[in-house]
Amino acid sequence: MKRRSLLSLAAGTSLLAGGCASTQPAASGDAAPILQGTGDLGVVIERARGALTLVNTSRREVTGRIEGLGDLSHASVVFSRDARFAYVFGRDGGLTRVDLLTQRITHRAMQAGNSIGGAISADGSLVVAQNYTPGGIKVFDAATLELLADVPATMAGGQRSRVVGLADLPQRRFVYSLFDAAAICIADCSNPRQPRVTTFENIGQQPYDALLSPNGRTYIAGLFGEDGLAMLDLWDDKPQVRRILSGYGRGEKPLPVYKMPHLRGWAIAGRHAYLPAIGRHEVLIVDTGSWQEVGRIPVAGQPVFVMARPDGRQVWVNFSVPDYNRVQVIDTPSQRVVQTLEPGKAVLHMEFTPRGESVWISCRDDNRVQVYDTHTRELQGTLHVDAPSGIFFTARAQRMGF
Amino acid sequence: MARNAFLSLTLALAATATWAQAPAAPSPERATQLIRMVRQDCGSCHGMRLTGGLGPALTREALAAKPADYLAAVIIHGIPGTPMPPWSAMLSDAEALWIAQQLSTGFPEERKNPAP
Repeated sequence: MKRRSLLSLAAGTSLLAGGCASTQPAASGDAAPILQGTGDLGVVIERARGALTLVNTSRREVTGRIEGLGDLSHASVVFSRDARFAYVFGRDGGLTRVDLLTQRITHRAMQAGNSIGGAISADGSLVVAQNYTPGGIKVFDAATLELLADVPATMAGGQRSRVVGLADLPQRRFVYSLFDAAAICIADCSNPRQPRVTTFENIGQQPYDALLSPNGRTYIAGLFGEDGLAMLDLWDDKPQVRRILSGYGRGEKPLPVYKMPHLRGWAIAGRHAYLPAIGRHEVLIVDTGSWQEVGRIPVAGQPVFVMARPDGRQVWVNFSVPDYNRVQVIDTPSQRVVQTLEPGKAVLHMEFTPRGESVWISCRDDNRVQVYDTHTRELQGTLHVDAPSGIFFTARAQRMGF
Repeated sequence: MARNAFLSLTLALAATATWAQAPAAPSPERATQLIRMVRQDCGSCHGMRLTGGLGPALTREALAAKPADYLAAVIIHGIPGTPMPPWSAMLSDAEALWIAQQLSTGFPEERKNPAP
């Protein structure tokens, strides 16, 4: 109760401040109340309530709240090129376009039965959703959410595969993996109403997620069905899937995996990639020149997100249940865990501010987001948010693969 | 090995005869925890509303053909070759059976305003 009134107060004051400056009440939404940039804005998913908390990362405060977004378990968000609009992909197939300045939903479409995320093209014109049910991708006009193309992920028997690891590539292309079909696909949407799909088969068993390197060159899919990863060099004239780290856990019995790791953390720092080992309490270090394993770092549990601070100096790791009260910080020059933090119960996600001076950490079961200074690792602030999960800042608009 | 045998369909189906034996219900506090765990943590794969994801839907309709004992065995032992892990490190057999029975009859919602 107290929490909620605090939230609505915070949301109310910012609107009110705008209202005072204009002759019209801010609620009418016609007049922009105050001039404001979007580079320090972001959203936090309130998964249980199907709502978004809007935040400002300079002031470290809640600026508003938007409800009515449906089932937001495993929701993800991409941003328009001008970093004004957030596209929210809900579990229930809802795709919602939210204006961060007017704090309103502008468009909403139910596009699938079960969905886990999406991507936006570099030119900002296309939004693509990756779906479990029906398995495939769908291409939308980013301005109107008009459906432009439905691309089923069809397998040999005519059944559809669930799609994971979707990322945008240059030239209105999108790359994704098929969990059920051991395949990676590239959809060229230069003609968005008729995408052309190239499929790479036999990439390895059960790709569960993937990442695109910051320069857009390398796409790596993690494999649940075997120890190893599938890699595609997208700068090759004829890209071919290469298996890397095959059998990295050979002879070891994997631990139960209570939550699938997420690879989309930009965990490439300097010349190394840092990847969650599946079924092991380890972060794997891979040399991005040779793509050989060069080390492993023991960590406090099963890694879920292994995320490089934007400058690559640190890698932050959170864990699956039952170790999800902890976050560990790896110093990349020494490749050692230098700190273990306990931000709160059920840490689900982390997001760095654009230049990495702070990290925001969602603690679902404490109903709060903790903000840390990444240099001193001291707590800078706490925001009350109802069961927060994903945190997404608008700087993602300027990154490939996000 | 005994676990795999227990997982086998034959045994699970044979076990239907015994599922009427209600396990000791968890304490109200533990029940709240278990409900939260299923919604939130199992929800990573099965969806917070249990409508499915990487894992199958766990709605009452979706589970209509699955005996509670079978579901409890799956919870405790996992399904090898799939992402479903064994939860025996975090749940007792009785708790797994209780969860399975709740799933079979339509899983409870979480209480509003959980612990601050």
